[in-house]
Amino acid sequence: MTGAAVVGLVVNPVAGLGGAAGLKGSDGVEVQCAALAMGATPRAGERAARAVRTLMARRPGTRVLTVPGRMGEDSVRAAGAPYDLVRPPSGHPAGTSAEDTRRAVAALAGVDLLLFAGGDGTARDVLDAVRALGGQAPPALGVPAGVKVYSGCFAVSPAVAGFVAAEFDPARTADAEVVDLDEDAYRRGLVSPRLYGSLRVPAARAALSGRKTGSSGVAPATAEGVAREVVARMRPGVRYVLGPGATTRAVGRTLGLATTLLGVDVVERAPEGGRLVAAKVVERAPEGGRLGAAEVVERASAGGRLVAADVAEAELFGLVSGTESVLVLSVIGGQGFVLGRGNQQVSPRVLDAVLHGGHSGRLLVLATQQKLASLKGRPLLADSGDEDLDKKLGGHVQVITGYRESTIYRICAASEEFDG
Amino acid sequence: MNTTESFAELPVAPKPPLRRFHQARWDEPIIFELSAPGRRGLAVPEPGAPRVELPDSVRRAQPPKLPEMSQLHVLRHYLRLSQENLGVDLNIDVGQGTCTMKYSPKVNDKFAAAIAELHPLQHEDTVQGVLEIYWRLERMLAEISGMARVSLQPGSGSAAIYANIAMIRAYHAARGEAGRDQVITTMFSHPSNAACAKTAGYEVITLMPDADGLPDIEALRAAVGPRTAALMITNPEDTGIFNPRIREFVDLVHEAGGLACYDQANANGILGITRARDAGFDLCHFNLHKTFSTPHACGGPAAGVCGVSEDLAPFLPGPVVAFDGESYRLETPPASIGKVRPFLGVTPNIVRAYAWIMALGAEGLRQVAETAVLNNNYLMHKILQIPGASAPWDRRRVEQVRYSWQELSEQTGVHSEEIGVRAADFGVHYWTSHHPYVVPEPFTLEPTESYSKEDLDEYALILAHVAEEARRDPEFVKGAPYNLPVHKIDMTPLDDPKEWAPTWRAYVRKHLS
Repeated sequence: MTGAAVVGLVVNPVAGLGGAAGLKGSDGVEVQCAALAMGATPRAGERAARAVRTLMARRPGTRVLTVPGRMGEDSVRAAGAPYDLVRPPSGHPAGTSAEDTRRAVAALAGVDLLLFAGGDGTARDVLDAVRALGGQAPPALGVPAGVKVYSGCFAVSPAVAGFVAAEFDPARTADAEVVDLDEDAYRRGLVSPRLYGSLRVPAARAALSGRKTGSSGVAPATAEGVAREVVARMRPGVRYVLGPGATTRAVGRTLGLATTLLGVDVVERAPEGGRLVAAKVVERAPEGGRLGAAEVVERASAGGRLVAADVAEAELFGLVSGTESVLVLSVIGGQGFVLGRGNQQVSPRVLDAVLHGGHSGRLLVLATQQKLASLKGRPLLADSGDEDLDKKLGGHVQVITGYRESTIYRICAASEEFDG
Repeated sequence: MNTTESFAELPVAPKPPLRRFHQARWDEPIIFELSAPGRRGLAVPEPGAPRVELPDSVRRAQPPKLPEMSQLHVLRHYLRLSQENLGVDLNIDVGQGTCTMKYSPKVNDKFAAAIAELHPLQHEDTVQGVLEIYWRLERMLAEISGMARVSLQPGSGSAAIYANIAMIRAYHAARGEAGRDQVITTMFSHPSNAACAKTAGYEVITLMPDADGLPDIEALRAAVGPRTAALMITNPEDTGIFNPRIREFVDLVHEAGGLACYDQANANGILGITRARDAGFDLCHFNLHKTFSTPHACGGPAAGVCGVSEDLAPFLPGPVVAFDGESYRLETPPASIGKVRPFLGVTPNIVRAYAWIMALGAEGLRQVAETAVLNNNYLMHKILQIPGASAPWDRRRVEQVRYSWQELSEQTGVHSEEIGVRAADFGVHYWTSHHPYVVPEPFTLEPTESYSKEDLDEYALILAHVAEEARRDPEFVKGAPYNLPVHKIDMTPLDDPKEWAPTWRAYVRKHLS
């Protein structure tokens, strides 16, 4: 039995307003008014309706629970679907503030799956509300309707969101990142995505556009595959600095450690007992026999030690000074930032202490092939706060894309990329 | 308004430009479900043939669990299945880009049938004719690739790639360089290169395309080193773009002590125009079922070919055919990696490829490539006129193009795969298994030399029509197919070993018991 019996819907009616007006976002009442004055039309409601239409076409018996007016009811009605209403404590009369979104999510806490239409800002509001609910919060899925949709918690289109909701299996969820940009900085041409946390989403959301081949076990392109590769490369006696992100957290998990999602953690491979168990079997073809396959088996057995969790810059500097260390950083957001976004603890002097002027082998960047593909040939970016240091980092860096899989990818100083 | 359908008019009305296709739906069971105990088909023995008594050592105690059917029912079963198919002989098969779905002349099947009664264990003296075909085809493919020696043994393209990686491993081991444990490939090379290298235990480094759609040569410079075993690369890549700096790629890898291996599974755009060895490559492979017109056979047996330079010839899979000027015999190269399949190879396909090359000659082979490239550029011209279709990177293409429906998809919400499924309602199709989607909403068309201008016009018209439908009524396109025997397939069992069943025996075990 799959599918959500009760699906909740909340719409941020002003999401996406600023996009068409070239305002690079819709956060704040002034921007929303400016956009409306420039003739922008709200589209979040229409996109939410599209998701509901697909959901109802695929799974007609679904019960939809929503909130009154533009924050949900209008979209469900436009989709021609039956629904029930819950009334959150009243907030802004137009229902457009972040607080309205949070109240609506709280009111819909009892659903099996929560659909929310908006952008990264809306996802942050949903995240806040989900955190406030604690363990009671339902899984959520974003219907992309905002200007900035860089978070991993969104389906690739409204129709796909409806499709995923129809096929939702409560037993199969995954964590997806919520990131957002500082819109004021973005308007000035400075892109600065920040990682805010993660939402529980249907596991199927990524597998929906154009599936052809099946795979079993750990797919190499997953965070788990990347984490296994990192752990396989770890040497005892070396300190590993894990930056923020779901992929780096998977590294901690593979080591059996509770590392943080948003913080910078320092780990080591345990010297004894927790060693990697590695077996390499290479079967050679006997004369006239069949050609043997090589088989590599490696297993991590809870082999890590958490040196320090969620460190501040000064503590990190102390931990890496005079000790051989390696930086393990994931790519944050859709712009390709490796340094300077969400990991400011990795300061210029920390970088200097770890890399000694070069980065060969002491900087491991983690990203799936799909994430690199989304950069469309643009380089990875470094914005550590020291432009000269960023320029020295420029060149090519190894990016781990899966278990025993990597690529060599261009990295450059953010200042150069945006100047040029 | 005239509601009479036009084909009901007399005299016969002209056909509309869009085919009113509808596929048969027979709702046909699996053949094992049709079995009835004791039902038999008869093959009357030749008169006078001696009765053969099998010794007990080879006689089965229990008969095999084969379906028991009459001749009529067998014939009907397979004819029905054939009507629920869209094979290369039935549709304009240009949508299976990178697969090189060309016409395989039926006369070559007759030649292949002529050797059907040979036994692979016959003494060499009694099969000199077929050994000569092996020898001559090897020499032809050596000439086409510029390589010194060729093995015709692999049973598929990926088996040939795996044989190549096994030779690369053996070559480095023989030189005391077994520490070379990395293989470099590119995002738009055929994924079997990465897969085979990984299966053989190598760490794989994949180069991403640069802003021009070519693999980043600076990334290659940073990637090569003492751990480099080989570069395994396709050219033109799956984008259809030919890498003009391929010689520099090869030289960089050679300078680091690695080998360069050319994936020529699909050599259809360069046949008789350029050669792997001339660009410095040490190894290459061909798929006879792509470039050389033998059947693809959907999982085999197909036929792959490995070509190697003089330095790697001792490592070739064996046996290979040798010729001393008078007779042909089998020999195993001195440092052979062993066999990659039983006996010599897939002999019927060796015969078909030999016949195909002999029929064309050197000039004909070059004309194949030129026609394929011309067809591709004609079709590209037609496709790029469809609003919403594009070909990322403004570069000339060789034998195929990876197109994108990104613009159409953003405007309508209809995805490339859905457009391909709707196209099947008109009797053609394309596939979108090009992960990860570096080219968004991809589709890859490869018209080869086989298809006529009218075929290509019809194909482009169908795609233009479906794109127009997507703008008018996206939900209708998403609901396709409407004219095919099966609707959308649920892919989720592919992820669950408890559900998938590649054989009837597995199906019975997992689902019926």
